[in-house]
Amino acid sequence: MGRAWVLGDGVSTDMIMPGRYNLTTDPSQLAGACLIEARPDFAAQVRPGDVIVAGRNFGCGSSREHAPIAIQACGVAAVVAASFARIFARNAVNIGLPVIRCAEAAAAIGDGEDVVVDADRGVVTSAAGTFAGEPPSPLAMRIARAGSLVALIRDEGWAAVEETA
Amino acid sequence: MGTLAEEILSNRLCRSVRAGDTVVASVDCAMAHDVTAPLAIEAFERCEMPLHDPDRVVLVFDHVMPAATVAAAELHQRVRRFATTHGVRNVFAEGICHIVMVEKGFARPGGIVAGADSHSTTYGALGCFSAGMGSTDIGVVLATGRTWFRVPETLRIEVSGRLEAPLSAKDVALHVLGRVGADGADYMAVEWGGETVRTMTLDERMTLANLSADMGAKAGLCEVDGAVLAAATPADGVEIPQVRSPRYERVLQVDAGALEPQIAAPPAADNVHGVSELVGTRIDEVFIGSCTNGRLEDLEVAARYLARGRVHPHTRTVVVPASRRVYVEALRRGWIEAIVESGALVMNPGCGPCLGRQHGVLAPGERAVSTSNRNYPGRMGSPDAEIYLTSPAVAAASALAGQIVDPRRAL
Repeated sequence: MGRAWVLGDGVSTDMIMPGRYNLTTDPSQLAGACLIEARPDFAAQVRPGDVIVAGRNFGCGSSREHAPIAIQACGVAAVVAASFARIFARNAVNIGLPVIRCAEAAAAIGDGEDVVVDADRGVVTSAAGTFAGEPPSPLAMRIARAGSLVALIRDEGWAAVEETA
Repeated sequence: MGTLAEEILSNRLCRSVRAGDTVVASVDCAMAHDVTAPLAIEAFERCEMPLHDPDRVVLVFDHVMPAATVAAAELHQRVRRFATTHGVRNVFAEGICHIVMVEKGFARPGGIVAGADSHSTTYGALGCFSAGMGSTDIGVVLATGRTWFRVPETLRIEVSGRLEAPLSAKDVALHVLGRVGADGADYMAVEWGGETVRTMTLDERMTLANLSADMGAKAGLCEVDGAVLAAATPADGVEIPQVRSPRYERVLQVDAGALEPQIAAPPAADNVHGVSELVGTRIDEVFIGSCTNGRLEDLEVAARYLARGRVHPHTRTVVVPASRRVYVEALRRGWIEAIVESGALVMNPGCGPCLGRQHGVLAPGERAVSTSNRNYPGRMGSPDAEIYLTSPAVAAASALAGQIVDPRRAL
């Protein structure tokens, strides 16, 4: 269980990790600047297991993988959003950060509320109810089981992806 | 049989694939720049494999080039060491990655490119299937030469009507962005066609393909015709992709002849208005450049306006040629001189102030007009600054006036 950090629609990778702060590949440094302007209290107060809950098109804009790396390095267990921008969703899956598309949960969950996420099934539970989001694709599940895309390709090769396609 | 995206991917895979299929495909090359390459290199190293093919790797220093901080310099150093260690020869520091990729022939009609930058859609202007990706995906391409794609559904944009100067491809793209929205083409290919696109130059088509990314698209494709083939050689061993009995998810009609100059106001690129709604807005900075509008034709427009006077004393104006080739040609034609004489600052080829790290960072409360593609809060500096996205004509005319003006009344 974790607390919800509720953000609005159109949270861009520029807001998650502004271009002035991503001149590093160090996850802990990136974590310290996560949402630094959009939600200045986030980096200091986020706890392992917390969940980001957001509106439409989360992670839009730049392809910078620094954004999901920063969120993951903060200890965030999952991002629940009404929808995700394509590159962000792919980047998150590739590094093992669960993303759950669930407009109902995004609309119902309030900031600071306790949330339980079942990433394998795409189910989100809070005091407001239990919400069935979009379950991860077979490929996303396969990557999640391996831990990351790198681990999947290194250990099993592209055949593992072709099997799930 | 299919859309351009389906045709290109089917051709590569030697079998017919359709929207919704997930495929693993080889790519012609992987591109990364000074911000995304370091993470891609780390992902590649975790793959514990040799580099698949050094000649299919393109590394471009453009985002903060030359380095403006020690942190940036260290990232550059890591990328150069990687290139040296692995024998990567395609290393460039002469302009924006997307323009360099086209100029140097790495992006080709019918080809497939994986780019570690969201605006890698730009090569679609040549009929090259190219998707922006994160660093992990690029790291895996470095190790294996391959990546996976979900074959996208297609949003077809059918543009008709005469686009008369100072209207430009940027106005068409912003107009469509406003109608479609920032996630209106999410996971899709945007396919640009129609009589107006057929009359456009490659520079103009690159603007269309580029801004497709800001609709959420995976690819932004233009049909391959004589204008493209005059400038680019098709990828090795591929058929020139042609749309054949396509099935589109959605078709949008645009009458270019009915447009007025378009502006994307804060806080997002899909907040699009006609210039007439914003005339008189005072501005502190103008930026003309970027992978959207920093090419030769864009500098020609900038020079034509700026040659008529001096930039307003309250409006610092920064012009950044997209590449060395663009810069040298603009010098030869006297356009750089006209721009400099107007009081504008001309910076070295690269991304310039677009991403808020150099060459014109904005203070709180400041307002900028930019010919780039993003105006999210904080994009060019302070999150309390405002960015208005326009064509080069609106930007240059506004630089002289110190406020947003309608370029149709300025020349």
